[in-house]
Amino acid sequence: MSFIAFIVRRLVHSIFVLLGLSVVIFIISRIMPGDPARMAVGARAPQWAVDNLREQMHLEDPLYAQYYYWLRDALHGDFGISLVTRRRVADDIKEVFPATLELTLFAGIIMGGAGIGLGTLSAWHKDKWIDNVLRVVSYLGVVTPSFVFAILFLLLFGMSLKWMPTMGRISADVSRPSSVTGLLIIDSLLAGNLRAFFDALWHLILPGIALAMSGLAQEARITRSTMSDNLTKDYIASARSLGIPEKVIMRKFLLKPSLIPTVSILGLDFAGTMSSAFLVEFIFNWPGMSRYGINAMLRKDLNAIAAVIMILGVVFIIVNIAVDLVIAQLDPRIRLAPGRGE
Amino acid sequence: MDRFGRNWYKFSRNPMSIVGLVTVTVVVFLAIFAPQVAPQPEAAGKFVDFANASLSPRWRYPFGTDVIGRDIMSRIFFGFRFSILMGVVVLSVVVPPGVTLGLIAGYNQGTWLETVIMRITDIFLAVPPLVLALAITSVLTPNLFNAMLAVSLMWWPWYTRLVYGLAITLRHEYFVRSAETMGASKAHIIFREILPNCISPIFTKMSLDMGWVILIGSSLSFVGLGVQPPKPGLGTMVADGAQYLPDQWWISVFPALAIVVIVLGFNLLGDGLRDMFASEES
Amino acid sequence: MSTSFGAGQENSPLLEIKDLHVNFDVYGGTLQVLDGVNLTVHRGERVGLVGEAGCGKTTTMKAILRILPMPPARIVRGEITFQGQDVLKMGESELQRMRSEGISMIFQDPTAALNPVFTVGQQLEAVVRYSTEGKGLSRKEIRDRAIIPLKEVSLPDPERMLDSYPIQLSGGMRQRVCIAMALVASRELLIADEPGTSLDVTIEDQILRLLHRLVQQKNVSVILITHTLGVVRETTDRVYVMYAGRMVEAAATDELFANHRHPYTHGLMAAVPRLTGGGISEGIPGRIPDYLNPPPGCRFHPRCPQAMDICRQEKPRFYRLSDNHEVACFLYRDGGE
Repeated sequence: MSFIAFIVRRLVHSIFVLLGLSVVIFIISRIMPGDPARMAVGARAPQWAVDNLREQMHLEDPLYAQYYYWLRDALHGDFGISLVTRRRVADDIKEVFPATLELTLFAGIIMGGAGIGLGTLSAWHKDKWIDNVLRVVSYLGVVTPSFVFAILFLLLFGMSLKWMPTMGRISADVSRPSSVTGLLIIDSLLAGNLRAFFDALWHLILPGIALAMSGLAQEARITRSTMSDNLTKDYIASARSLGIPEKVIMRKFLLKPSLIPTVSILGLDFAGTMSSAFLVEFIFNWPGMSRYGINAMLRKDLNAIAAVIMILGVVFIIVNIAVDLVIAQLDPRIRLAPGRGE
Repeated sequence: MDRFGRNWYKFSRNPMSIVGLVTVTVVVFLAIFAPQVAPQPEAAGKFVDFANASLSPRWRYPFGTDVIGRDIMSRIFFGFRFSILMGVVVLSVVVPPGVTLGLIAGYNQGTWLETVIMRITDIFLAVPPLVLALAITSVLTPNLFNAMLAVSLMWWPWYTRLVYGLAITLRHEYFVRSAETMGASKAHIIFREILPNCISPIFTKMSLDMGWVILIGSSLSFVGLGVQPPKPGLGTMVADGAQYLPDQWWISVFPALAIVVIVLGFNLLGDGLRDMFASEES
Repeated sequence: MSTSFGAGQENSPLLEIKDLHVNFDVYGGTLQVLDGVNLTVHRGERVGLVGEAGCGKTTTMKAILRILPMPPARIVRGEITFQGQDVLKMGESELQRMRSEGISMIFQDPTAALNPVFTVGQQLEAVVRYSTEGKGLSRKEIRDRAIIPLKEVSLPDPERMLDSYPIQLSGGMRQRVCIAMALVASRELLIADEPGTSLDVTIEDQILRLLHRLVQQKNVSVILITHTLGVVRETTDRVYVMYAGRMVEAAATDELFANHRHPYTHGLMAAVPRLTGGGISEGIPGRIPDYLNPPPGCRFHPRCPQAMDICRQEKPRFYRLSDNHEVACFLYRDGGE
């Protein structure tokens, strides 16, 4: 019962935070020097056209009114017109979001799966050579920026060895499946188009792994450290002393409590991944929302910037709530302990 | 003196911490004395030498030269200046207010003051870090100063959160309660009782953060929103060299490795500090 | 160096530890924790193990079950025999059988001994499932078996208990659950490591009574670890006194209380507050030795009011005072004062 209250509280909190974020973004976008209306119609348009547009964009109204209009429109999915593409930002985003989603999901799966797997492996063989190698590698993974990985992968696997393609999501000469989810991998499977499936997968690998590296390393490190700490705990010794086989202990009784810190970190790591996506998409020319966002930032396309950030904020909050839900599921102490303050 | 010896022992137990300390010292040294130490100090500015352009690494140019003939190694030394500067400036700007806010929020738990501070913190933390920095820099003119400003604006909440969590646990401690009963002022309690117990985690975080701030700074430069060419920011150099991959790989790769080395160094140093501050719990 | 006396029905002991030395490798060096432990338990016996915190009682028990963390811990020398088998040389499956049917241990801190993210039922059922009698049982059968010990430890509403998490239980209930888990499987030897010490005194009393009753009902052999002498007196047949990794005295319970000989035991007895006369109890001056650099010879000699020269140089072995009394002290080298 108090679990539902917990969820509700989080949701309310999140809405509040999003509102606050929108205010911050709005203020930033209005601080920019320059006339948005003028920028929209171009330098050669007559002044009356600019004035008309200013009227339409409510630019003469007080700031809070402007915010109201902006928010109202945003909630209806209208983020204004992009200065760069001259289309509705909402349409732009609909087009580019799935690519980013696909890339980040792929990276997320690798991060979680390989991260936890390698960390577990490391802990089981603690202090042996495989553990030491993995520890060094994961440390390097943490300190290397994602764009460095991206460039190294691009260089090594894309250009020198030519194993994987270096640009885009799918080769020009492969027919794209019709768009059901927007995720090429899934769409091509649904259409039975295996050639497209493998081609898209091949394109995903380099940017996906480059994106996942940092998070993977973090997950591996924390899984290893938690597991080796928990190995010395009394409840493990107790389980052993009661005759429960070692394999069962490792796979069940040690794994579950050890996942808790790992999953907690997942939220933060995911945030890091979303940030890194900006650089990785840029490097691999991946037609996603992050690359769109970077371009918007470089060209000062305020509407697009605001939209991208809001969407990222929403995604991040959703992910965090999901992570909290999973943790509450894993750890009964969180959902059952009486009266935990924040 | 013995305290120093004891701390050194704890710090140096893991040899990697020493590696970190040495690395950081070398980097800082190179940064400060770049004009004296770099083989080609002019390379950091507007300099052309087409005769020696695009040379692969060799004895005279250990990291090679770029397309207009500048020695990459010298540029990297100067690049260290931007990196260290960024780290130092951002942290100096961010830590005092961040920590203070965290102390205030933590000590005044349950009041509107705490709620306001922590909600604002949450807002800034709601967006993935780099994204916020990118957004802020993008609406300003791209240069190092604005990059530092942007990173500062998104970095302070981490310290507030850290200290908030510490202050909340500490305020129930015996020594705080006794100070309260003796009628000590809130300021006194916050700064003279609670803060000293937070110093170790704060310092550890600061050392680790140096690496992260530099990383974010170089990411911003890479994208074009930080150090502008022809200045030798490390991220900027990686971006400049990206178009010449794979043939003239050294233009991008060595600055990239330099970034990794700096971040690695500060991370190892931070880990060592954490070991040093850790209490002797066997 | 073995003590083979005792009030057992059969001649071959159930459990025998001979000259066990265990070291721990830590950062600063090597801790020589167990310095030649000897212990014997016969079938049906209830053996008490008394000693200060840190003297190695729990380490010894963990060594028996081979649940010591083996990277830092090392068994340097010694022998452990259970039901005639060499424990230290057992393979994985024999070890598992010994743990599920032969010996079980009730840990000192019930909160730490229960896995926080699994229900009581899940943990109990796991013990049932992997015991020999649990093989091939259906889920329902396993669950039914898991409830039995919960009833035996007088837990209210055992059905609901199965689906509860440790966090939802009080300290006393957790301790009962731990006892229940120990009872699910093993039949031969029960090791109770300071049961109830982490709880309220009244609850501790309840727990001890419960244990006492169960032990009598089930006719298991017991090693009861405690530092409360009163408990030992009431519930054990024989007692070992342990100090700094070694047994210093062993006797039948009544004999020990009436006729204790080792200087350390004198100190322990004197430290117990008396209700009738006697005045204020005194502690034993000094502290347990540093295991990194333990004192040479008898480890008690720095604190011993009767230390002699030889005590600083050699370690005393067990000297027999009578059929049911042995002391490890040079004072009794020739069998008497």
